[in-house]
Amino acid sequence: MSEFTASETPESIAPPPAGFSFENVKRNAAISASGTTGAYTQAKAMKTGTTIVGTIFKGGVVLGADTRATGDTTVCDKNCEKIHYMAPNIYCCGAGTAADTEKTTELIASQLELLRMSTKTQSRIVTACTLLKRMLFRYQGHVSAALVLGGCDINGPHVYQIYPHGSTGKLPYTTMGSGSLAAMSVFESEWKEDMTEDEAKGLVERAITAGIFNDLGSGSNCDTCVIRMDGSIQMNRGALKENPVEPLRDAIKRSDRFNFPRGTTAVLSTEFVAHKTKGLSLDDVDVVTMDTN
Amino acid sequence: MASLHLNAATTAPSQHTKYPIVTGTSVLGLRYDGGVMVAADTLCSYGSMAKYKDARRIRTVGPATLLGASGEYSDFQSIMDMLEGMEQQNDNFDDGHSTDAQQTHSYLRAVMYQRRSKMNPLWNDLVVAGPNFLGLVDKIGTTYTDNFIATGFGSYLAIPILRKKWRPTMSEGEARGLLEDCLKVLFYRDCRALNRIQIAKVTEEGGAVVSEPYEIETDWSAASFATTKGGLEGDGGW
Repeated sequence: MSEFTASETPESIAPPPAGFSFENVKRNAAISASGTTGAYTQAKAMKTGTTIVGTIFKGGVVLGADTRATGDTTVCDKNCEKIHYMAPNIYCCGAGTAADTEKTTELIASQLELLRMSTKTQSRIVTACTLLKRMLFRYQGHVSAALVLGGCDINGPHVYQIYPHGSTGKLPYTTMGSGSLAAMSVFESEWKEDMTEDEAKGLVERAITAGIFNDLGSGSNCDTCVIRMDGSIQMNRGALKENPVEPLRDAIKRSDRFNFPRGTTAVLSTEFVAHKTKGLSLDDVDVVTMDTN
Repeated sequence: MASLHLNAATTAPSQHTKYPIVTGTSVLGLRYDGGVMVAADTLCSYGSMAKYKDARRIRTVGPATLLGASGEYSDFQSIMDMLEGMEQQNDNFDDGHSTDAQQTHSYLRAVMYQRRSKMNPLWNDLVVAGPNFLGLVDKIGTTYTDNFIATGFGSYLAIPILRKKWRPTMSEGEARGLLEDCLKVLFYRDCRALNRIQIAKVTEEGGAVVSEPYEIETDWSAASFATTKGGLEGDGGW
């Protein structure tokens, strides 16, 4: 370590040379390579921070999610989709690393489709849960996907929670993500058995809103997805938009120097050419009857 | 005869608090129309053991101040000794003055920050309440005042509820109901919470009063938890 500690005393610090300084690159590489526990590791940009919830009601399941994707402390995506399709009767909310939740749910969705083709039966939620947990356990938590799986099948409405290391829980209601405590406080105050669809949707919206406004990792809009026992789905992207960005954009006053009226640049001539679409159309082809003798 | 020398240097035990041992969990406070209310459960945990189920974590300081503490219980007792000493000095002076909540808050801030600066903190998050005052002082000397306060797990589970449901015109009954609701949620979801609670209030007319501990009702009977649907074994997890 001695070659990396400053040898100058405070009184004799020389002014740094001009231009970029790469003196820490060698040090950082050496520390990372030295393998000491608790050593400096480069911060990885990944999405953490989410509020996702799921609850059963009398006649189906309602899933909810916020729409903020973060990379460390920056909002990468103000309106991302966290409720993923798994099967016609199964949807899955994902928290954790965005790529992991997206690809994991896609993979299991494709496995479920192949299974439906070979069994000619509707997918069951327990099947999706088992496929997900077996994959996640195999990766020992390195696939950072925390999921709320919900849907309706022959056995009724189901909600499962799945953790990155592969453990699962089957519950009437659950929340995951950094905003899960804020959302759970709403659920624990207001959840009841056998809610109607409207009561359940309202409860889910209030829970996600609690996450959006009380957790810094969650924000923007609330998406909900209702999966009913009769097989119908209602995907509400932007069910609740309490953080609209349009009023903020409209409030920006742009200088009139950038509002160039037509004709500021002199038009010398005009030519209109119809857009040629990709591939051939009948106009490009001379129709000739085939000789079928 | 050779004399016995202790070659290894004997080190004195650490005189700096590094971690708490006997701890209390969340304390909640809220302003209502007529005064301020503070609530907490009566549990002090010894790590993961629920050791002291009748711990008094809210106390009166002088005639009109409430102090609620989460964190290390012995540090709370030490702070109470300090403040009770100051109260006694006030009484001895007998000039009709006593320290009010705002002054206690400022004094505690100085004490907590000084201890933090010596790397030997009093490991507490304190809620100070007076007839028209509600503030927090934490173990590193951070202070703020607000219409409702929560420490520990309460910041995650109770603050969202308080932000939604609090009104400046709440009556005493409504304030108490709201605090009990928050403490119920905390009992459901905080592993170090208990359903035996105390509520304290401080008002202009009545001064500072702390209730006797009582149990709050909790509901674990939801059928969906007790019976699994679809005839599937267990909770779907293993």
